[in-house]
Amino acid sequence: MNQLDLPILTLLTFLPAIGALFIMLSNKEGVVQIRWMALVISMANFICSLPLFFCFKADYTGMQFVEKVPWIKEYGMTYFLGIDGISLLLILLTTFFTPICVIACWKDVTKKVKEFMMCLLLLETGMIGVFVSLDLFLFYIFWEVMLIPMYLLIGVWGNPARRVYAAIKFFLFTMFGSLLMLVAILVLYFYNHSVTGEYTFNLLKLYELNMPSLYQTWLFLAFFVAFAIKVPMFPFHTWLPDAHTEAPTVGSVLLAAVLLKMGTYGFLRFGMPLFPVATYQFVPLISILAIIGIIYGALVSMVQKDLKRLVAFSSVSHLGFVVLGLFALNVQGIQGGIIQMINHGLSTGALFLIVGMIYERRHTRMIADFGGLAKVMPVFAAFFMIVTLSSIGLPGLNGFVGEFLILLGTFRSNVVYAVFAATGVIFAAVYMLWMFQRVMFGEVTKEENRHLKDLSLREIGILASILIFIFWIGIYPKTFLSKTETSVTHFITEFNKKYEACIQKEKNYLVLNTSEELITKK
Amino acid sequence: MKIGQRWPEDEMYKWGSYFGLAPKIAKTWPCLRFSQYVSNFCSVDNWRNREMLDYVWLVPLFPAIGFLINGLFGYRLSKGFVGVLACTVIGLSFLTSVLIFFDLLQLPPESRSFEKIIYTWIPAGDFKTSVGFLVDPLSIIMMLTVSGVSFLIHIYSVGYMHEDEGFKRYFTYLNLFVFSMLLLVSANNFLLMFVGWEGVGLCSYLLIGFWYERKAPADAGKKAFVVNRIGDFGFLLAMMLIFVTFGTLNFHGVFGAAHHNNEVSTLVMTAITLLLFLGATGKSAQIPLYTWLPDAMEGPTPVSALIHAATMVTAGVYMVARCSVLYTLAPVSLTVVAIVGVATALFTASMALAANDIKRVLAYSTISQLGYMFLACGVGAFSAGIFHLMTHAFFKALLFLGAGSVMHAMAGELDMRKMGALKPHMPKTYWTFLIATLAIAGIFPFAGFFSKDEILWHAFEKNTILWALGACAALMTSFYMFRAVFMTFHGESRVDAEVKKHLHESPSVMTTPLIILAILSAIGGFVGIPIIKGANVFHDFLTPVTGGHVAGSVEVTLGNLAYASSSALSYGEAVQHNVGLEIFMMVVSLIIAFGGLGLAYLMYLKDPSLPRRLVEKFKLLYHLILNKWFVDEIYDFLFVNPIKRGSTVLWQFFDAKVIDGIVNGSGWCIKWTSSVLKRIQTGYVQNYALSILVGAVAIIFYFLLV
Repeated sequence: MNQLDLPILTLLTFLPAIGALFIMLSNKEGVVQIRWMALVISMANFICSLPLFFCFKADYTGMQFVEKVPWIKEYGMTYFLGIDGISLLLILLTTFFTPICVIACWKDVTKKVKEFMMCLLLLETGMIGVFVSLDLFLFYIFWEVMLIPMYLLIGVWGNPARRVYAAIKFFLFTMFGSLLMLVAILVLYFYNHSVTGEYTFNLLKLYELNMPSLYQTWLFLAFFVAFAIKVPMFPFHTWLPDAHTEAPTVGSVLLAAVLLKMGTYGFLRFGMPLFPVATYQFVPLISILAIIGIIYGALVSMVQKDLKRLVAFSSVSHLGFVVLGLFALNVQGIQGGIIQMINHGLSTGALFLIVGMIYERRHTRMIADFGGLAKVMPVFAAFFMIVTLSSIGLPGLNGFVGEFLILLGTFRSNVVYAVFAATGVIFAAVYMLWMFQRVMFGEVTKEENRHLKDLSLREIGILASILIFIFWIGIYPKTFLSKTETSVTHFITEFNKKYEACIQKEKNYLVLNTSEELITKK
Repeated sequence: MKIGQRWPEDEMYKWGSYFGLAPKIAKTWPCLRFSQYVSNFCSVDNWRNREMLDYVWLVPLFPAIGFLINGLFGYRLSKGFVGVLACTVIGLSFLTSVLIFFDLLQLPPESRSFEKIIYTWIPAGDFKTSVGFLVDPLSIIMMLTVSGVSFLIHIYSVGYMHEDEGFKRYFTYLNLFVFSMLLLVSANNFLLMFVGWEGVGLCSYLLIGFWYERKAPADAGKKAFVVNRIGDFGFLLAMMLIFVTFGTLNFHGVFGAAHHNNEVSTLVMTAITLLLFLGATGKSAQIPLYTWLPDAMEGPTPVSALIHAATMVTAGVYMVARCSVLYTLAPVSLTVVAIVGVATALFTASMALAANDIKRVLAYSTISQLGYMFLACGVGAFSAGIFHLMTHAFFKALLFLGAGSVMHAMAGELDMRKMGALKPHMPKTYWTFLIATLAIAGIFPFAGFFSKDEILWHAFEKNTILWALGACAALMTSFYMFRAVFMTFHGESRVDAEVKKHLHESPSVMTTPLIILAILSAIGGFVGIPIIKGANVFHDFLTPVTGGHVAGSVEVTLGNLAYASSSALSYGEAVQHNVGLEIFMMVVSLIIAFGGLGLAYLMYLKDPSLPRRLVEKFKLLYHLILNKWFVDEIYDFLFVNPIKRGSTVLWQFFDAKVIDGIVNGSGWCIKWTSSVLKRIQTGYVQNYALSILVGAVAIIFYFLLV
């Protein structure tokens, strides 16, 4: 269904790429002009994405704003785009954060501005592409496209000391996962041909496939590794602290806000609905890994000395919650998981922006180099406090809604998991508040900190626009939850239906086999 | 107009056409809506027809408005305006609560429960919670106490904090604090209550750490928040279990289901109530989570008054009383509550015996008194617990504000060893402080006498040991409170010469709240006179929510669902049987209270060298008490340090060595393999020819063998 009669998803996906092209053609010296171009393009893209939200039919179960054009017919590749409640909010998150990033790096990035902005816009194309693709081949292309600008952002504009190590680590980790996924996609593709006689990468058609459980297990594992690295789940997380620490501020923001969601989105869009039997099999393993991630991430953040590293480990903890919620496999868990993806994007994105702001002023991220900033920068302190609380999951702010729904969903499916996961709530308060205390409270001990400038209007604008949503989701989450509800309910019924079908098929197969054996014996 | 009928439609249309607007627009036009609200609000009809119940949301809203204005625009406003605004909004909340209270009184007792739902907050599948408010006897008493006492503390603060450069920030936080607390007590479901619950935790963090430039307050604030979070962990799990068991988080829904549905096993009930109680021990500072409260002294003194008296710490007691239906269905939990309560009362009272910091004495006494309230709940006398909560709010706020007034005069000095003979210098502070002390010691006819006696009486009915322990704590209370009075106001002056010059009574903006609170502490107890049938107005008012206490067993009644007038009747009868005994117990209580007074007099006025001799004799015990039984150190040793060290190991060993070791190691392996394999690529033709030959021979052999 496409209610707009407009190729709006194509527009959203490729507008940034076209913008990048224009920037490429422009004069390298006109830095200001390039910044403005990037801003206008990303803002235009954000505005274009708003109709998605307002015209989205919340009670429609299928894909919306669909575009389907045959692409390479003989191999069954189609240009197939569409969204549902699961991807809608993530797309908006992407289009919302890109202009924020452009504004955030206004003064920060001074070298190779042209290339930087191009990377940023191409990254946006990749990210949106991943969220809108309904064709596995197309999806894989976007998935890989996204990797390159991010790699460059870390490797070129990162922290000179270790940026190359971090960039390569990021690239190799992700690449390793993606290749496994590619193999799995191809197996799926050929299996589908062997069953239906049709070559297709169309995801919706592949959904209808009921595979034997052995196939499911292996294919699921391949997808799982790819997504688990991206999330990142314990123990695949070690690339993240390095990537975050070495990346430029904006890189960290986009990495945290959007890129990490690729993994969790992938579970929802591909891993779970394609292989329900395997999903059920792996629920204990994945849940336990998620819980380890929650607690481990929190504990390790507690002892970090570098602000960015601390936030990076806190991401491991938060995304553990998201994964746990998704694999609770009930409405509350998945709804909570989706809203928590958005929440994590908002609050961790904001946290990285905040760390970037003091880094810009002091050129250090070591907690020990600060102290007493609340006195010097009161406005900054207020923003920092609210974002910290949102990350802790204080009721009334966004984090709580997601965390509570996730825990509730988990509690319904397994009480023990919920009890262990809930301890994360305590640890989150410990590491975030301790960090806040060491940075903001106490006396000003370092001379350099005594005359730091408080936030500029530009910086206040960026943070305030994020805070609006932090409060909105906290106080009136219905606006967003109502968009996802139908899709999630539909997802669960379809998932269970398919699970039953697979199991039934397996049983029939067994019965058939044993009866055949009996016949031959006779 | 009756409840639910708010919008006289015709009126709306008339207004609409008057402005020349389409009626439809007029209907949704916020300004008009607002003017309608205002005119409705002010009309006489409104008051007469209990319309006020509909406006219960105003009670928490006013402080929220104050918070927003002061928080967002405070930097542009003058100090005076900020102070006045902050006080006004709390005053308005109190006023609204009073009006709601009178509306509620007009209703017959069995229908005194009113829900006002504002909007659906979190909908997800079959889970649904709303932002909604509940007015019933329990919540209205809490609203009145919270907003009333907070109002006085706000006014006092204007004087107390006048010189502080964080004046505006202070009042912003203070309003947020009261908002959270009012939300907590007026919510109609667990989840919204939890919002307030966490909100007061946050505000305590902000206000205890108000002077964040010093390390101690910042540490104390963080400790308060984290320890509270441990309790919240229990609360969270309890909520989930409640939802899974009853399918809702709404108070009416849950209690109704619990009351009528006998299928829920006692085990589940016990689990729910114990988890909730874990939450309560965090917020109300009971064993084992009480350690944050003594440290909370680092905040400004009026904040201590607020935390200790009206808000925050009473939340746990309120929650247990609110869930009285659940607790009465789980006898094991009740026993746990009673034991924890009485143990805390005793344990912390012992710490107060030797403390020299006047605020610390008061802090320990708060924990101890909260223990009493839990003891009351534990023996099933929920209304007695709430009664003590209310009277305690009066006299504890007064004690803290009095201590603040002393500090104000003494340039921030807190050590009672450096005080003495302050009475002539600050008479108003002295007399009000004395009244509060009489009240907390439980001396007739001050407020504490009635509430404490009621608790001890119910404890006695249930179990004599509980009573004996409670009475022992009462003796200590009386002792350490009079000790504080004697050391501060009587005896010889030990004040530094420099400070002595500036001794003065506080300004009237500070003493007026003291006087009002003193009056309340003196006469507040008369709303709950025991023995005489029908005179315990307080108890009868609360009965629909908390159930009547019938001679040892508890009759559960619930709001309008099951109000049993018979329970009140049987209560009266049960009491009549024991009148003689009850009067005897009262006399015993009085003797205990005077015993403490006498002992303090003996040790600190008559023979000041006696304490020192006692210390010499019981050196070990004294050191244990003085160092708070080393509980903080034990916690550090058992939990804090191992976690810190373990986390470092996880990070530096597991993360950096094991996982990254594997990753980098496999990279290194590939590198090594290729460096070995690279040697084969020599580039000499003869080497390649040789390998071809070897290969060919190998293949031939293979075929020959197979």
